[in-house]
Amino acid sequence: MATDSRVDFRERSLQGLWKNNPALVQLLGLCPLLGVSSSVVNALGLGLATLVVLVCSNLLVSLFRRTVPDAIRLPVFVMIIASMTTCVELVMQAWAYELYKVLGIFIPLIVTNCIILGRADAFASRNAPLPAILDGVMMGLGFAAVLIILGGLRELIGQGTLFANMDFLFGPTAASWELTVIPDYKMFLFAILPPGAFVFMGLLIAIKNITDARLEKARKASQDTPATGSKRVRVTG
Amino acid sequence: MALIRQTSPHTLGKNSTAQIMKLVLIALIPAIAAQLWFFGWGVIIQLLWCSLVALGAEAAILALRKRPLSFYLKDNSALVTAWLLALAIPAGSPLWLTLVGVSFAIVFGKQLYGGMGNNPFNPAMLGYVLLLISFPLEMTSWLAPQGAGIAQPSLMETLGVIFAGHSIDAWTMATPLDLVRENKSLTMAELWAENARLSGITGTDSLWINLAFLAGGLFMLKQKIISWHAPVAMLGSILVMSLLFWNGTGSESNGSPIFHLFTGATMMGAFFIVTDPVSGATSNKGRLIFGAGVGIITYVIRAWGGYPDGVAFATLLMNMAAPAIDYWTQPRTYGHRKPKRGMAKPE
Repeated sequence: MATDSRVDFRERSLQGLWKNNPALVQLLGLCPLLGVSSSVVNALGLGLATLVVLVCSNLLVSLFRRTVPDAIRLPVFVMIIASMTTCVELVMQAWAYELYKVLGIFIPLIVTNCIILGRADAFASRNAPLPAILDGVMMGLGFAAVLIILGGLRELIGQGTLFANMDFLFGPTAASWELTVIPDYKMFLFAILPPGAFVFMGLLIAIKNITDARLEKARKASQDTPATGSKRVRVTG
Repeated sequence: MALIRQTSPHTLGKNSTAQIMKLVLIALIPAIAAQLWFFGWGVIIQLLWCSLVALGAEAAILALRKRPLSFYLKDNSALVTAWLLALAIPAGSPLWLTLVGVSFAIVFGKQLYGGMGNNPFNPAMLGYVLLLISFPLEMTSWLAPQGAGIAQPSLMETLGVIFAGHSIDAWTMATPLDLVRENKSLTMAELWAENARLSGITGTDSLWINLAFLAGGLFMLKQKIISWHAPVAMLGSILVMSLLFWNGTGSESNGSPIFHLFTGATMMGAFFIVTDPVSGATSNKGRLIFGAGVGIITYVIRAWGGYPDGVAFATLLMNMAAPAIDYWTQPRTYGHRKPKRGMAKPE
């Protein structure tokens, strides 16, 4: 296992961040993704919380993978995830109370986020702790990245700002991080409301699919070597 | 995959999309004239600007999708969407508002679903709803109609409002539906007496604009472009609902049946929106159900909902139901038995 850890690292990163991105490809955890991505700070907060829960639960599930009977694995996983989520919730209550209030129900709902249970069952329960952590980090980063891009897009188009209310997460000094990209912007409420989330999510998925198609085309073009020999079609046996 | 070819017989009948859409545009002329009379030059500017944006957006997306430009642009369907939207939004709307609404209607409402004939939602209503939920202030800034006791902006002032973003507040007025909705303390008679906007049964402008849409609708019926089913069902259900819930003339009243039939977007919706052959139901029975649904939801939104008028929301909701309605109302094919549907046990 140790010898091909580098290969594994590349593959796991690629899977989590791009090829099997939980938000863009697996389309898991859409409820929090669409529900809280109305601004960068919300997205970042939920992205970090999900990342922490995902990494911890992957680690624990992987550690206990040999002791948990197959028949009751899902309840056990859910209990592990729930306790991790409770820890994160308490931490946020203690250190980021404003953000905790804004995110509200979506923090406890991390328990029901399909990405976490999905990774626990599909990957962590079948792999050693180290790859499981790596998978958790990469999947979590992939999810958080989409969340933050979506949050940024919706905040920019909805309110004309970026990084508003960052003090919820980083303390009072971050209050001045707010960028007013478009001054005197009229609120475009659609982008902040749920239908806007669906539309922007669809656009992001479309961009990813277009990029994949272009990459595939370029790869094929570079692989295709010109046919050697006669190009005549053989018509007789 | 659209098949773009013309086979014989090469007649120029009413059966081509372009011809039908042209007749729909002609049917809109009375309503345009009525709006022009009541709301001034802004109406014409909105119409021109909407048409320009719609054709531009359609051409841009068609080019991106590598579809033949002139074939699709000439079918006039983008113009119908543009004109309906132009007549639905306040005449003094700034240019950017119309730009956002029309381009969303064409790009997201129509072309992203596959273009002409493939859109599950009525594009004009989708654009209208986008604007209504995003910019409630601008979308409720209706100009005061001619003869309602408030001065109207001159042509130059209209241009200033639309192009230069001058404040429109001095010329705006609450619509009849707003007035009835906001009313908490006056009896209907007092409300009517106090507001010049509510002259007659529904307000002169509401009445005439709705009559103009009705005239256009009757023209389309005569030309056999639309069938009577959806409009009659919609108007009928509004009539029944407003009769059932016509709780007198006190301050709690939702307004009389005639008020509901000739105000807001009732007639426009009945003849130009629910008759959309693409996003509506297909069979005659289906059209009856579709129209009745739009009428009921419209009345529910007007009487108890969060918005003064509900035709656009009702249309979108019923658009979502249209495939199910089509499934349940598919007529029996001649020579075949009626198919078993849903949970019915096959014999």
